[in-house]
Amino acid sequence: MTKWDYDGPILEIENLSISFFTRLREIPAVMDFSCVVQPGEAMGLVGESGCGKSTVALGIMQDLGVNGRIVGGSIRFKGRDLCTMTEAELRQIRGSEIAMIYQEPMASLNPAMKIDRQLMEVPMIHEGVSADKAREMARRVIEDVKLPDPDRILRSYPHQLSGGQQQRVVIAMALMSKPSLLILDEPTTALDVTVEAAIVDLVKELGEKYGTSMLFISHNLGLILETCDRITVMYSGEAVETGSVAEVFEHMRHPYTQALFRAIPLPTADKHARPLRAIPGNFPLPHERPPGCNFGPRCDYFEAGRCDGGDVPMFPVPGDARHETRCLRFAEIDWDAPPPVEAATEEVEIGGPVLGVERLRKYYEVAANALFGGRNRKVVKANEDITFTAHESETLAIVGESGCGKSTFAKVLMGLETATDGKILLDNREIQSIPIEERDTRTIASIQMVFQNPFDTLNPSMTVGSQIMRALEIFGVGRTTAERRARMLELLDLVKLPREFATRMPRQLSGGQKQRVGIARAFAGGARIVVADEPVSALDVSVQAAVTDLLMEIQRTEKTTLLFISHDLSIVRYLSDRVLVMYLGHVVEIGSTDQVFAPPYHPYTEALLSAVPIADTKVRKRHVVLEGEIPSAMNPPTGCPFQTRCRWKDSVPGGLCEREVPPAREMADGHRIKCHLAEDILRRMEPVIEIAAE
Amino acid sequence: MGQFILRRFGIMLLTALCLTFIVFFLTNLPPNLEKLAKTQGNMRMTDEQVENWLANRGYLQPMPVKYGQWLGILPGWVIEGTDGKLRGKCLRRDTPPEAAPRFCGVLQGDWGWSTRFRDEVATIVFKRLSLTGWLMLAVMCVMVPGALILGVLAGMKEGSRLDRTVSTLSIATTATPEYVSGVIFIAVFASSAVGLKWFKGTATSAMDDITFANFTLPVVTIALYGMGYIARMTRASMAEVMTTQYIRTARLKGVSFPAIVMRHALRNALIAPFTVIMLQFPWLLNGVVIVETLFNYKGFGWTLVQAASNNDIELLLGLSVVAVFVVLVTQLISDIGYVLLNPRIRIS
Repeated sequence: MTKWDYDGPILEIENLSISFFTRLREIPAVMDFSCVVQPGEAMGLVGESGCGKSTVALGIMQDLGVNGRIVGGSIRFKGRDLCTMTEAELRQIRGSEIAMIYQEPMASLNPAMKIDRQLMEVPMIHEGVSADKAREMARRVIEDVKLPDPDRILRSYPHQLSGGQQQRVVIAMALMSKPSLLILDEPTTALDVTVEAAIVDLVKELGEKYGTSMLFISHNLGLILETCDRITVMYSGEAVETGSVAEVFEHMRHPYTQALFRAIPLPTADKHARPLRAIPGNFPLPHERPPGCNFGPRCDYFEAGRCDGGDVPMFPVPGDARHETRCLRFAEIDWDAPPPVEAATEEVEIGGPVLGVERLRKYYEVAANALFGGRNRKVVKANEDITFTAHESETLAIVGESGCGKSTFAKVLMGLETATDGKILLDNREIQSIPIEERDTRTIASIQMVFQNPFDTLNPSMTVGSQIMRALEIFGVGRTTAERRARMLELLDLVKLPREFATRMPRQLSGGQKQRVGIARAFAGGARIVVADEPVSALDVSVQAAVTDLLMEIQRTEKTTLLFISHDLSIVRYLSDRVLVMYLGHVVEIGSTDQVFAPPYHPYTEALLSAVPIADTKVRKRHVVLEGEIPSAMNPPTGCPFQTRCRWKDSVPGGLCEREVPPAREMADGHRIKCHLAEDILRRMEPVIEIAAE
Repeated sequence: MGQFILRRFGIMLLTALCLTFIVFFLTNLPPNLEKLAKTQGNMRMTDEQVENWLANRGYLQPMPVKYGQWLGILPGWVIEGTDGKLRGKCLRRDTPPEAAPRFCGVLQGDWGWSTRFRDEVATIVFKRLSLTGWLMLAVMCVMVPGALILGVLAGMKEGSRLDRTVSTLSIATTATPEYVSGVIFIAVFASSAVGLKWFKGTATSAMDDITFANFTLPVVTIALYGMGYIARMTRASMAEVMTTQYIRTARLKGVSFPAIVMRHALRNALIAPFTVIMLQFPWLLNGVVIVETLFNYKGFGWTLVQAASNNDIELLLGLSVVAVFVVLVTQLISDIGYVLLNPRIRIS
């Protein structure tokens, strides 16, 4: 069987239902899901984790595992029903007609096989070509995905490539036999923003070049806006709204879509005047779905007796072709009404300096070869030159790609590592060389951390209450257990968790609730500085807003200094007062949020801003592509750390960038940029993000 | 790579030196020497006679001196005994005292004299090691492929009927010690109790001539015990690999199931069991004692027991050096093999 021609939609899914069967019960994961992908069209599938979007993808691939089964509906690919195909027929379609790109490139490449063999396999299986021919094809596709030095890449093992390169290899693998349908399951979630931007560009370009239809699964609305023609929003196993991207983004007709847009930080949001609106309540578990509309219990427009009456079908939205919504009341709701105004909060007075960091440097010595020892040691220059001050009640965001040294800095600040050089001043006491074991209780209690992954940072065998009480005990809060218990309950109130949670185990909590416990623990000893290391990046969009709000609210009452480490510039822009941009251990730009997000930019900030996908059709973005990879901290470039990827390098005369590290120049009050560019060139830079007038 | 192997050999020498010194120290403790004198001379010797017997044979010199002589860095002792006889470490019956070399230690290639077997240590060790070597080889040839095949079969579809059958079997074989399974095998396959006289119940004749009949039972007895263990390891490793994302990638590339197992999963699944298989060599060398005794096959393990129970100092030392060598060489192979299997680890 070879590829066949079919004049019609590439993919037609009709009333698809998929269930997983456990010993206890049947768990419906996808219900009554329909969608159509036309040739050359890119369909976006959005929803929070657990909504069934990946299950749909695996359902198309007919790879649901032992427990999963399609219990209703049909999936037709080029007119043929995939559900009735035999295993052998499916095998011929997989990889040749439908290809898939996955979330984690490292995990989806075989670690013990060289890239060329993994790529060559595809045409050798499907087209029966010889090894030499297959290698030739692999080389061509590797060039197509713009990987430098294709021959070297082909000879490499996956671990020898960077994350971005690995994802390009996965894309190349998917394109090896020019599939008609490409399924991308969160293809950029594990990558840095700048890498993500390049991959998204590549996918778009290749989609046009090969004429491939795409099913793009993501939780990031901004990405969908940049890549897709049409969008399907999923909630709790159902498609709730589908339509063209422009229609859905501008004239959404389902309350969930609307709530989703109000929960993400768009450039127009403001933490004081127009705060984000978290979606109330929790995502229903698959076996505890409410009767009627699944979104009913969390919906602002819920009408008892009607919305919980019975199953809600999809309704076509009049006026728009192929725009449907699963809402009974969509015709009655005034969609243009402004969101109910949340109580706007006062801006907080920024206090005096709490934390000072002066020319901090952290070098690691690592053996070049872990297993066999070896005497040639290498130095990793994780932090090269960090200087800044943070004030009371201030939110200082630290942004940069992975490997820029932000986590190392957090470790040094916490005392998990000691500094190689420079100073960290906490209330004018030097703490840079005191490891955490030797710090006094007060210092430990005053610098606390909220971690990225709430799932790993709570002890799974201790109740929530006792974990918080343990923290209180360590920080020396309260003299008796009863006192600590009372304080623990107060802390639960503070993070807006019901008091009953004290006796719960971490596994009974959702991700957002766990992160609240993490926050409670961090604030247990009256922390003055809280380092929040990507505190919301592991959480779903609707929960992110609530956790962010909580952090800010506690900050207001406790006057805490928040060091917010993040790569998500949208959320940084929304909540921080000042922003510090790091690159290869250097602070390349620091200033107030407005100063950093508007020109003059450091060339790196410019590229970083351009890379962030924004889910707003009104935003016009200037396209700046960052070439190459972030250099290794073991072998940083001479002169300016950013010179290898800088597009402005030619504007600096005499090769200065390659020779000298630029000095930090004061551009405006408190706005420092570390760049050799002449003042007038910096001043002439155009803004990256512009919001079109409404 | 060359430097790495060189370093490994350095470590091996050092370990051998330390271990032999410990063995030397323990076997030269006074009570052990007394036992040696009494087994070699006469059980009813008086303390004085024991003293004389030991002094005449150089056993009462200071410990470091004796160790140096064994190594061959100090000249061998020559003592004219209280009984008027001239004895020396380097004197042999067939050579006149004048022609004997001054040094005769390990460095000179002389591994000493076994008091138990009344023969050169080197000859005994070589002979016994080669006997056990054949046994080990046969066991490995049966055990490793068998265990890997079973493990892979069980692990490639976790929870399947095949998996459960193989897992139960491997637990059963690993839980049965050799002295139980050996006895059962002899009773079933070699004795008249059941009547299946397929194999021989003793492997004595295999020392001269290995045949299917006389070698099968000892090999199977050892192999079964180790097989369950390695099969379990392989199964766990294989099952884990089969759930990884890159296997799903391969499946969704359209690779057929046999090709997935052979090309994508196998190499990754072998990384963990490989180390375990290599650890089996040292275990086999010494752990075969029971089977060797049971089937009366006089190999390395049997010799070790004999040497230890008779406090045969130089034989024990020789055996220890061999053991250290085998352990460290297999570990070297294991490390190198690990690197070859796992491309993420490289020798720079």
